[in-house]
Amino acid sequence: MGLFSSILKLSRRRSPWVYVLNAGSCNGCDIEIGSLLSPRYDMEQIGALRQGSPKHADILLITGPLTLRSADAVRSIYAQIPEPKAVVAVGSCPATGNVFAGSPTVEDGVLHVVPVDVFVPGCPPRPQAILAGVQEAAHLLAEGKTGRWHKEKHHE
Amino acid sequence: MPFRIPIGPYHPALEEPYKLSIQSRGEIVEDVTIEVGFVHRGIELLAQRRNYIQDLVLVERVCGICSNIHTLTFCMAAEEIAGMQVPDRARFIRTIMAELERLHSHLLWAGIGSEDIGFQTMFMEIYALREQVMDVLEAISGNRVNYAMNCIGGVNRDITDPEGVLRAVRSIREGIQKTVIPIFTQNRTILGRTRGVGILTRDEAVTYGVVGPIARASGLAIDVRQDFPYAAYEDLGFQIVTQDSCDVTARVVVRALEMLESCRLIEKALLELPGGPIRPSELVTVVPPGETMMRVEAPRGEVVYYLKSDGSDTPARVKIRTPSDLNLPAIRAMARGQALGDMAIIQASVDPCCSCTDR
Ligand code: SF4
Repeated sequence: MGLFSSILKLSRRRSPWVYVLNAGSCNGCDIEIGSLLSPRYDMEQIGALRQGSPKHADILLITGPLTLRSADAVRSIYAQIPEPKAVVAVGSCPATGNVFAGSPTVEDGVLHVVPVDVFVPGCPPRPQAILAGVQEAAHLLAEGKTGRWHKEKHHE
Repeated sequence: MPFRIPIGPYHPALEEPYKLSIQSRGEIVEDVTIEVGFVHRGIELLAQRRNYIQDLVLVERVCGICSNIHTLTFCMAAEEIAGMQVPDRARFIRTIMAELERLHSHLLWAGIGSEDIGFQTMFMEIYALREQVMDVLEAISGNRVNYAMNCIGGVNRDITDPEGVLRAVRSIREGIQKTVIPIFTQNRTILGRTRGVGILTRDEAVTYGVVGPIARASGLAIDVRQDFPYAAYEDLGFQIVTQDSCDVTARVVVRALEMLESCRLIEKALLELPGGPIRPSELVTVVPPGETMMRVEAPRGEVVYYLKSDGSDTPARVKIRTPSDLNLPAIRAMARGQALGDMAIIQASVDPCCSCTDR
């Protein structure tokens, strides 16, 4: 492995930049991600920074069960993140739809639209768990093992 | 030349997805249009398909910030239809939870507002303080966000250590008195960015029908806790906070002083906590036929629930009207004639909650 690629690998693991995307969440998960920026949990200790633009991000944090109106935005924002990229699904909503499953305006999880690398279960998960999820995603990025779970959309 | 700037639905200045289209001439905002609906999950429909026990879990997730208020209002509506009396201890615990939630919500807002005007240090200070509130909430309910405290007829968990909670709340009050209030009322950065910005006159406030801290910052003394006291507010003697300057400063100050009032209410409730049961011995699963409206003061203003029961274990209709529904359109009145750079704090001063609005 060349020097350049080992530096690249190290920096992917040590400074993952994240972009937070609300795909119809109840806010619960979002405020716990907000707490991650606070002095107690301090996401920056693992080098993670929250970014305002998906074009600067390595890791996409998705919350919410994917409402119909947010589906296109999720697709487009995922496409804007440069490769390699990892997706962390925060909370039970993006995994299954959670309590909103079965609603006609909800897609029951984000797997139809984007591949997910790390699921962080909980409604909402504790900030420590989200932090661990971000760290795991950073490791996957460094190892080049992203895109673990993907489901093709069956109907249509 | 006028031009249009779309902000959102996904934008770093917005906490949640909604769309602001700003029409401006140079640096001056001429008009804004607001589009919501990006987080519509169809909760009202789902609530009519599930039973009361499942609905409590569902309505708690209308909004993660004011989750407790939604179950409280839902339970109060069901209790009213059923003609149930809530035990005294449960009434007090409900009040304590509601006020703790207001504390955490106002602190969250204060942190985000500080960040929007670029005051990072204040954001960190406030979030550190907010963690203390979260600890109290967790100590009482076992959860940090969705507390699952209310059940029809009472509350699910008791406060077993009132002294410990009292100590924690006192230290939170000191934090608010020492850092939050002086900085929000005297700091030049904050005042420079908020004074005279985003005016919503008293008349406009009435026209738009705003509620909660926004209305109280425009000189309207409306608060459900005072006008139609529920839970234990009558026993505790609630004091309303209003301001007359109608700008963002007024909204900041109203919320800051409300936090002190919340601390006072919690401390008094803990000292006077009556004994006795916290809920009926039998789980309530069926509500007799009837309909009712119930309102409660959430951190952002008045929440209204309409509940109709046909006597089964599933509600016939649940209608939820949340405060942000009324407060969001008022951004329009606040933004006209303002500088483009102030739009971030103007929209944040409303404390918009889209997951509530869209449901
Ligand atoms: S997982 Fe729970 S807390 Fe998170 S967005 Fe979904 S309902 Fe809200």
